[in-house]
Amino acid sequence: MMPILLWSLFSGLVFGAGLTVSRMIDPSKVIGFLDVAGDWDPSLAVVMIGALAVTIPAFALLRKSGKAFLGVEIRMPDRNDVDLRLILGAVLFGIGWGLGGFCPGPGISALAFGLTKPLVFVGAMVVGMLGFQLLAKNNN
Amino acid sequence: METFTPVPALIGGLMIGLASALLMWSSGRIAGISGILGGLLSFDRAQFGWRAAFLVGLIGGPFLVSEFGPGIVPVTIDADIPMLVAAGLLVGVGTRLGSGCTSGHGVCGIGRLSMRSVIATVVFMGAAGLTVYMVRHVLVMGGV
Repeated sequence: MMPILLWSLFSGLVFGAGLTVSRMIDPSKVIGFLDVAGDWDPSLAVVMIGALAVTIPAFALLRKSGKAFLGVEIRMPDRNDVDLRLILGAVLFGIGWGLGGFCPGPGISALAFGLTKPLVFVGAMVVGMLGFQLLAKNNN
Repeated sequence: METFTPVPALIGGLMIGLASALLMWSSGRIAGISGILGGLLSFDRAQFGWRAAFLVGLIGGPFLVSEFGPGIVPVTIDADIPMLVAAGLLVGVGTRLGSGCTSGHGVCGIGRLSMRSVIATVVFMGAAGLTVYMVRHVLVMGGV
């Protein structure tokens, strides 16, 4: 079990450092990308291209191998359907992302600054997730 | 385009891709942040450890960059507190309903060439773009 914890921690560190280096941890950079009618900043698109340049070939290779190097099974999602849930969820998420300039990763990484605003965002996000899970549970 | 920073964006992007590939290669898991946090909040004990470890790493990332890297450019958060509460609630509900965020659908889902994730990414980027347009150019609010 320990190796999985260490590799997860290390992956999280590299991910968080990547968000910091690319400045996606800064909501004004993200909003600069989303604001196409303003002084447009394409940085976020370059971040996506850089990330996909790694994940597309890596995931294709890993899907074939089927097993992670720590011996556990590779759990690559295989859903490919598009339903109303997906679209409605993406719309709500997009509105929230546009309002604050934070998506989940940068919001959590920005907790490192010890500022009030990221903490408020993450707190509200946790409440939203818990509320949704509670509702989903009651509906099942 | 005076604010465009292509070199740090490319380096950081490669790091994000590398981190996602590393988590899949080592532990067989998708580096979708909303899925990891949502999973953590569902208190599945067998999956709790790696999720918590990844999120701790995510918060540790900026420390790593400020201590051993090029340092951190100060961030600007224009949204006020009520707006951030609304934003957080919408992001929390929306990412769980839509099964993913910028990392899960954008980096990992498109990474596995999933049309589902391509569509989700186009929709949330479109909705976010429209929201910023409304806030900045139509309603002019939030201290922007």
